[in-house]
Amino acid sequence: MTSTAYALADSWTMTRRELARWGRQPAAVVVNLVFPVMLLLMFGYLIGGGRGVSGDYLGYLLPGMLALSMAFGLEGTMIAVTQDMNKGVVDRFRSMPMADGAVLVGRSAADMLQSVLGLVVLLGVAAALGWRTDAGPGAFLGAVGLLLLLRFAMLWIGIHLALVAGKPEMVQAVQILVWPFGFLSTVFAVPESMPGWLATVARWNPISHTAAAVRDLFGVPGAESGHAGAAVLWPLALLAVFFPLAVRRFARLSR
Amino acid sequence: MSDAAITVEEARKTYRGARGSGTAALDGLDLTVARSTVHAVLGPNGAGKTTLVRVLSTLLRPDSGRVVVAGHDVVREAYQVRLRIGLLGQHAALDEELGGRQNLELFGRLHHLGARRARARADELLERFGLSGTGAKAVAKYSGGMRRRLDLAASLITEPEVLFLDEPTTGLDPRGRAEVWDAVRSLVGGGTTVLLTTQYLEEADQLADRVSMVDSGRVVADGTVDQLKTATGGDRIDVVLRDAGQLETVAGLLPAPRDAVTVDADRRLLSAPVSDRMAALTAVVQALREAGVEAEDVALRRPTLDEVFLHLTGRDERVKEAA
Repeated sequence: MTSTAYALADSWTMTRRELARWGRQPAAVVVNLVFPVMLLLMFGYLIGGGRGVSGDYLGYLLPGMLALSMAFGLEGTMIAVTQDMNKGVVDRFRSMPMADGAVLVGRSAADMLQSVLGLVVLLGVAAALGWRTDAGPGAFLGAVGLLLLLRFAMLWIGIHLALVAGKPEMVQAVQILVWPFGFLSTVFAVPESMPGWLATVARWNPISHTAAAVRDLFGVPGAESGHAGAAVLWPLALLAVFFPLAVRRFARLSR
Repeated sequence: MSDAAITVEEARKTYRGARGSGTAALDGLDLTVARSTVHAVLGPNGAGKTTLVRVLSTLLRPDSGRVVVAGHDVVREAYQVRLRIGLLGQHAALDEELGGRQNLELFGRLHHLGARRARARADELLERFGLSGTGAKAVAKYSGGMRRRLDLAASLITEPEVLFLDEPTTGLDPRGRAEVWDAVRSLVGGGTTVLLTTQYLEEADQLADRVSMVDSGRVVADGTVDQLKTATGGDRIDVVLRDAGQLETVAGLLPAPRDAVTVDADRRLLSAPVSDRMAALTAVVQALREAGVEAEDVALRRPTLDEVFLHLTGRDERVKEAA
């Protein structure tokens, strides 16, 4: 085999490791999938109706929840990498003749698979609640692509934070901080309903851009257009920073 | 190719702290380990043992010096080294959520054995380490001894030329320790070179052909267990008194410089290195009789590795103060 073939084989082995862990802990997987559904139901029905949203709230909320669940994926990635680092199992991987990046590639592949599953579940639940979209296949796939791009950026932030901080206490801090970060957005309410400075922050939030772009692609009535560019550029900018940082950090574990 | 499985020359490694301060974990360490031998690296916490293992197993780059394992440089030919080594770290390097067999298959695949051989190898190793019955159970539910054995099995997937064991029995109960010792002994016949670090002198005594004593990132002594014991001044004489009040008096009577004599007040025990066994025994008995001191016991014995270590690192003083 060539070194590229080895790298692919090793990455696939590492991905399968994660899948085997799902098989061992189906309850944890289900909780992860159900959590965004719970948020959707809570905000859609229990708290009910976003401020300043006219018309169908589920139609407005769903793209936001999809984007939010992608952003919250940062936690899951960070927890998994932190656990590995603290268990010594990464030391074994690094002392083996395997491809250097396979540990990180396997992690990101598995997390992306879980995110696809998460999107399917959220969309399925929404459909069961009566949600429909006019989006054609192209627009629909474009929306899914933007969501996964956001998830991919968050994934590398998660890996980087885990490699830098690497302690369970830091995971807790991040688990708390993702909430204001997630909520200071246009996921639940339109920015016009917020005080000026808050609206500015919410508009700048990358989650908001992805959510708005998805609303537009799904054909939600009254959706603002023109967010697609930012929904691509924000994640790419985050990746441009955190991907090399994380890779460098991983390579420097030997320093 | 030389006969050495491991060669370390002048290895230095400093961990950089905040504001540029640094701790030298390896401070010009030299080490040679012959092929197919068990070599123990003995030293207290913080002596640099784990850093040494991490450098040898390519996890950490030395700042300077030359480190060669199984014929390959750990910095320039890390991949070649990794093909030839097994590592048992201080913390179990296993996926706790997966089963024992799943873990071994995972590591087998990462060694590019292919699916079928990885499975066969996993079965073989489970059998060999007495884990066949528990291969399906999640590692998180294993006992400490079982986990250590599985960890050891995982480091033997490809029958490595050189195996590193970093404090393999720390935290295990006596039974778990015996299990691991048996497993290590069974490896040696197969031609594997084993480097193990330990804080337990008994462990080095039990398993190792040669011992390197490490302190503050340097090797302070190197040799067979017997050589090291002889280097301390050979045999020792132990005197147990009836009356603890006479310990200081008797310390001055023993045929050794006062600062080489250790005093254990709780056990009313004095211990001193001696060069001529019989002459020393006669002299001590005579001196005790002349001083009118009643001794419960007077005996000659070989030094323990503890004493060798304390002697070589000049820590006798501290022990006396603590006693």
